[in-house]
Amino acid sequence: MIGAWGALGFWVLATLANVWLAKRFSHNRLVQLFIPALFGVTLLVLWEGIVRGLNVSPVILPPPSMIGARIASSLPMLWTDFNQTILKGALSGYLMGCGAAVAVAVAVDRSPFLQRGLLPVGNFVAALPIVGIAPILVMWFGFDWQSKAAVVVVMVFFPVLVNMVAGLKATDALQRDQMATWSASYWQGLVKLRLPAAMPFLFNGLKIATTLALIGAIVAEFFGSPTRGMGFRISTAVGQLDLPLVWAEIAVAALAGSAFYGLVALIEKGVTFWHPSQRGRA
Amino acid sequence: MKSVLPILTVLFALVLIWYGAAIGLNAQWTRDQAARAGVEVSFSDILSDTLSQARPKLPAPHQVAVELYQSTWDEEVNGRRGIVATGTLSNRSLIYHGWVTLSATMLGFAFGTGLGILLAVGIVHSKAMDMSFMPWAIASQTVPILAIAPMVIVVLASIGIKGLIPKAIIAAYLSFFPVLVGMVKGFRAPDTMQLDLLKTYNASRFGTFWRLRLPSSVPYLFASLKVGIAAALVGTIVGELPAGASAGLGARLLSGSYYGQTIQIWAALLAAAALAAGLVVIVGVIERIVLGRMGMRS
Repeated sequence: MIGAWGALGFWVLATLANVWLAKRFSHNRLVQLFIPALFGVTLLVLWEGIVRGLNVSPVILPPPSMIGARIASSLPMLWTDFNQTILKGALSGYLMGCGAAVAVAVAVDRSPFLQRGLLPVGNFVAALPIVGIAPILVMWFGFDWQSKAAVVVVMVFFPVLVNMVAGLKATDALQRDQMATWSASYWQGLVKLRLPAAMPFLFNGLKIATTLALIGAIVAEFFGSPTRGMGFRISTAVGQLDLPLVWAEIAVAALAGSAFYGLVALIEKGVTFWHPSQRGRA
Repeated sequence: MKSVLPILTVLFALVLIWYGAAIGLNAQWTRDQAARAGVEVSFSDILSDTLSQARPKLPAPHQVAVELYQSTWDEEVNGRRGIVATGTLSNRSLIYHGWVTLSATMLGFAFGTGLGILLAVGIVHSKAMDMSFMPWAIASQTVPILAIAPMVIVVLASIGIKGLIPKAIIAAYLSFFPVLVGMVKGFRAPDTMQLDLLKTYNASRFGTFWRLRLPSSVPYLFASLKVGIAAALVGTIVGELPAGASAGLGARLLSGSYYGQTIQIWAALLAAAALAAGLVVIVGVIERIVLGRMGMRS
């Protein structure tokens, strides 16, 4: 019980500290980082204190310290799973799917007729539960990472396609007229004006696709996989009620997801430095 | 209306590609069967066989359509376990499985949306909450949340909660973040001029919220509801995947993949797609009506 009360006390104190900090120093850059960090730590302390204080069984919810210990003790296994699911399954599928989507968007670019048809259909498909296609692709491509990559390709294709098609239409008539006065050919206009102008849209799609890629790769493993991989490990560890391992995999997935997203956001910053949403931010 | 023809063209092309792929993928099996029997097969034989196999690698569209008809209308109206014969939905029909999935989705969607709006209200009005919670809410969108679905199901089952609730929790979790982020944006949509105007009226915080922030957040609400309801459906379907679930479109997908019933998988998939499309369209219709009555239709 003491642990639980202690954690609750810490929570109240930290909340008060955050309220005070937010009121006094909300424009300080360090404080802006410190407040969410303190909030995150508070959640962990609350979790730890309540689980330990109320003697919650680790089969239901293991405390963070136990998860941390589990991560430290099974690093090689986590690395194999990461390699199998993220690097082989998600990343290769992501590259192929996004590449194909951009290629198709550029290919249909010359035909407004196809665009008008493709955009609503793509928007519609992007809202469908595409993960459902996973069992079929696992049947087609076998249990190894190829089938996971295939699921990822299908999942990321439509969001990226829709954004890229919209992006290629994002130039205004004035800019296109300017290119015409310079007697630019179609390809010059595409490379020098319309592709750069499409980049903010493309990166919007690419960022959405990072999360989808990880979800696709992990969920596809629920339908069959070799004896490694994050989705495989999660589903078998749940079966053995080895919850610390499940949480360890989830922590790795969360870290990988944030890192992947951060990487794409970083590239976006470099590519679309001219866009208003990126300017004025150091 | 001028985009009807292009859309139909694209759909027609998709069906053509589907037929082509079905012939290509299933031809191997036909040739193997013929070689085993020592028979020579002509191209037309391959064509007719690939489109009518019982367990094809890729069922042809018409096979899926027939399966859809049989497992919905036919099963309920003519089947001996159907609603006409027994008064309850047959557990072999997609209507029954779709209903199970739909009810969990709607429950989770309602919870997730409500929670998302409430938290957005808190975040807009409390600077501390905004600064401590928002970075995490945004960061959590980059996390493959669905990975925890099987754990939620098993853990809740081990403390005795089964059936609708665990799936609804996953659905709620998935629809919660789009709504939260969208509503925070929506509540902040009024510009300084409008806020200043209300200040000159000496409006209270509640008055400002009720008469300015809430109405101006409605377009944002519907945009995020569309994302949220699709996410909730995906969450429910994945929540039905762990072994043990016996009803729902996700369970139907899993049993189809266990027994190699490809036609059944595709029928379940199309049913899920139709459900998702229906939900998004319903939200869209409500959006049109509400925004129209509020004079905000774009």
